[in-house]
Amino acid sequence: MSAGGSWERRGMVGLLAAGLSLLVILAGPGCGRDKGSQPVELRFWAMGREGEVLQDLISGFERENPEVRVQVQQIPWSAAHEKLLTAFVGRSTPDLAQLGNTWIAEFVALRALEPLAGRLAATAALDSTSFFPGIWSTNRIGGVMYGIPWYVDTRVLFYRRDILARAGYDSVPGSWQGWRKAMEAVKRLVGPERFAIFLPVNEWNQPIIFGLQAGSPLLVDDATRGAFAQEAFRRAFHFYLGLFGDSLAPPVRNNEIANLYQEFARGYFAMYITGPWNLGEFQRRLPEGLQDDWGTAPLPGPEGPASGISLAGGSSLIIFRRSPHKDAAWRLVEYLLRPEQQERFYELSGDLPARREAWQQAALAREPRTRAFWEQLQRVVSTPKIPEWEQIATLVQDDTELAVRGGVPADSALAMMDRGAARILQKRRWLLAHDRLPAAVPAGEAP
Amino acid sequence: MRSALQRRQARSGWLFLSPAFLLIGVFFFLPVVAGLLLSLTDFDIYAIGSPGTARFVGLRNYVEVLRSAAFWGALRNTLYFVVAGGTLSVAVSLAAALLLSARVVRLRSLFRTIYFTPVVTTLVAVAIVWRYLYHPRYGLLNHVLGWLHLGPVDWLGDPHWAMPAIILLSVWKNFGYNMLIFVAGLQGIPEEYYEAAAIDGAGAWRRFLHVTLPGLAPIFLFVGLTTMIGQFQLFAEPYVMTQGGPLGSTRSLVLLMYEEGFRWWRMGTASTIAVLLLLITLAGALLQMRLQKGRGS
Repeated sequence: MSAGGSWERRGMVGLLAAGLSLLVILAGPGCGRDKGSQPVELRFWAMGREGEVLQDLISGFERENPEVRVQVQQIPWSAAHEKLLTAFVGRSTPDLAQLGNTWIAEFVALRALEPLAGRLAATAALDSTSFFPGIWSTNRIGGVMYGIPWYVDTRVLFYRRDILARAGYDSVPGSWQGWRKAMEAVKRLVGPERFAIFLPVNEWNQPIIFGLQAGSPLLVDDATRGAFAQEAFRRAFHFYLGLFGDSLAPPVRNNEIANLYQEFARGYFAMYITGPWNLGEFQRRLPEGLQDDWGTAPLPGPEGPASGISLAGGSSLIIFRRSPHKDAAWRLVEYLLRPEQQERFYELSGDLPARREAWQQAALAREPRTRAFWEQLQRVVSTPKIPEWEQIATLVQDDTELAVRGGVPADSALAMMDRGAARILQKRRWLLAHDRLPAAVPAGEAP
Repeated sequence: MRSALQRRQARSGWLFLSPAFLLIGVFFFLPVVAGLLLSLTDFDIYAIGSPGTARFVGLRNYVEVLRSAAFWGALRNTLYFVVAGGTLSVAVSLAAALLLSARVVRLRSLFRTIYFTPVVTTLVAVAIVWRYLYHPRYGLLNHVLGWLHLGPVDWLGDPHWAMPAIILLSVWKNFGYNMLIFVAGLQGIPEEYYEAAAIDGAGAWRRFLHVTLPGLAPIFLFVGLTTMIGQFQLFAEPYVMTQGGPLGSTRSLVLLMYEEGFRWWRMGTASTIAVLLLLITLAGALLQMRLQKGRGS
């Protein structure tokens, strides 16, 4: 908004707000007084495409539980985080929701989520062993489970099989050393105008993945200080920077590539680290003739395939502490995580299911392109489970870009990351020192 | 006797005013005071969960904000927008108003409506259309530049061009509002002045300089002030078009405040930026009033 206008508008908004709050005060106590006689109404917030397909899954649940009505509200991903937080502050959180599993720590810090340990123990159908362990543990904060994985997400290597074959490689080598040799061979083949791999310099995921692969804890001292200048992350950072230094990767951001799919088809780059959402996109957007020439592979690691770990992503189902219908909400969670519902969910949305049985049933573990994800998901770890992580990741991203193309020496960039992390984590150190960190809340405490 | 009546009148006057005072108090002064207090604390995501963990930190937020490169970058972008965008916006408004007031123009009310339409259109809808106009390869703007043999410009992707692109959009979106005020101001200048000036031999340009501009002086003060205050609040345009990028070149102070507050939930820092923005806007308004007063006397 700009120029004039806002004065009158502010007055109007004020009046409207006053009127509305009066209405709420008048109507408030009357509503919901006689809930007992009516069916339970569950409010469920889901994001983006998942919210769309959820309606189809809900009808089966409602048939099974005629006394429960589920009201699904769809929220766009871009606004989800703010909307959930403002709902929490405004005491209007729904009964249950889909939550990105990297957000769980933050909502636990708010004491917004219901611990699920007790319900899990009482539910034989939900056994942790039928989930991918790395994904499962993203939901455990301070030893307590707060969410159940619903669908999973991780990053693997998408690559041009034809280009690699011409460079003399039938498959992607499993170790950093072999992988780098393959990239050098591709570079020799494609010449100075094209590249072996595309690593967008405005994404933190790649340097962080390499760091985790090299064994860096990222944060140390109870996640109160950065470990970026330590040997493990340093080694990974130099490997990453070397790919730019030797022109194996172009030093550009992802918005400087006009059309990712066209450039991949054109051979501007032969490899790209990305997630399952691009399985469908590559099929749709790459030209017909190229469909046999691209493949996926688990990420290589510094010491071979076993060290080729990736990030544990995806969404979980969580129940809010303030929900008055936790039992009904839990029944819905349990229903949505049945293997047959997981399989159906995959068919409707294309999201990779969290339960391994669903992978077997849907033949996902055998289909060549999803098999890379199946293998990768056995080796995923989560980023530090603290509310400040996204801020630190943004900082790592900015400092990495400075090192790649801002002329800042690698070791100075790493020192900057540690300084920045120490600043961001200052409050956390204080909370820990005074024993006031919310993760220490005992399970099952009343809201 | 008289004073009793006066007192009674005063009392009913206050009574009539009280709803407005109440609203302004609750929805304006309270939040301002709360923001001021918040800026002295480290209220953050932990404090939202348990308010007891918020600490009084004195002026530390101010020191940190004033020492951060992000704040100065945002201030620079905002000033760029205020000075370049504000001046251009007022100039375009005045030009449009002069055109509409010219006697030769037909269908004045139609044009007035057309020019005013962007002001009442939703910015988000407008932004989608403008993103197409600005598209580096398929955009109309680059197409036209192509005819003139000027290279394609990556309007929203190039750090040097993103702010001019935002300014262009914002001028187009908002000039209609000030235009209407100028039109009203022009109508308030008596026709005789122009006639007298014409008889004295003044041409169109001199009539504009010596009759129109002085006649519009009070309007300029109002338009200048409201435009400047509005320009300092730059938020929606970059939020919708660029999210502050590329390389932070369109991150305004309000956008920075929004990110601190609602992305990282550092309410203390966000409030600090809000207070600083208030002070900067106030200084700008005082400066402008001083300058205009100087010119008036």
